Amino acid sequence: MDKVFKALADASRRQLLDRLQAEPGQTLGALAEGLDMTRQAVSQHLALLEAANLVATVRRGREKLHYLNPVPIHEVHARWIAKFERPRLDALAALKHHLEGDQDG
Amino acid sequence: MAKPTYVYVTYILSTPEKVWEALTDATISASYWQRENVSDWKVGSSWEHRLPGKSADVIGKVLESDPPRRLVTSWASPADPDNPDKTSRCAYDIEDLDGKVRLTVTHTDLDAEGLKAVSGGWPAVLSNLKTLLETGGTIPDPFGAVRRQPDA
Repeated sequence: MDKVFKALADASRRQLLDRLQAEPGQTLGALAEGLDMTRQAVSQHLALLEAANLVATVRRGREKLHYLNPVPIHEVHARWIAKFERPRLDALAALKHHLEGDQDG
Repeated sequence: MAKPTYVYVTYILSTPEKVWEALTDATISASYWQRENVSDWKVGSSWEHRLPGKSADVIGKVLESDPPRRLVTSWASPADPDNPDKTSRCAYDIEDLDGKVRLTVTHTDLDAEGLKAVSGGWPAVLSNLKTLLETGGTIPDPFGAVRRQPDA
């Protein structure tokens, strides 16, 4: 679980996860496009995310496709967020979202 | 090979045989998935995914079966079982990594409706399966959080 938190403790890596959520199955090239990062930096971030099991990859011919793997995040959720807390937390999250918009905090 | 819609991976401290059993045994699957997975799991046989005592939510065929390493099933709605546009494919790959098992779920050809249903469900199912096999306990209502989302 240390790896999950370390991997998430970086805005660039969170941005890569956002991009994979928006469009699953991207190649390194597609992911690096339009980002203010070198391809090499993106590749290193992806390796770290994959080591934390936050990114799963599939080989298709010569392509390597990347997918957001939310299972470890769900484990964090299951461990600390008891089900009875959920409605109140949803309400707080909705309020925060309403007040702050989509910015990454 | 079609491009998978979703790929989910979990590492479980267990054996491939136990993971296979948990995926294919109706009673065990009901304990962490709230649904019984019912079939004889032979290639060409049909399979069902259903609430205990209810009619099936998902039906399909067993496309590949190589216990305890790989299982591939088709997924369709009982209301529209023969529509290829509404049929997705789910592959379970179970790898033994020396005391740990890597379970990869690859879901392919999901349409928007199926995608919405599956993207909320799989992480809960897999983390619950991991808890069951590693500790013997499950979370009583793994989908409570999913169901409460207004658009789910």
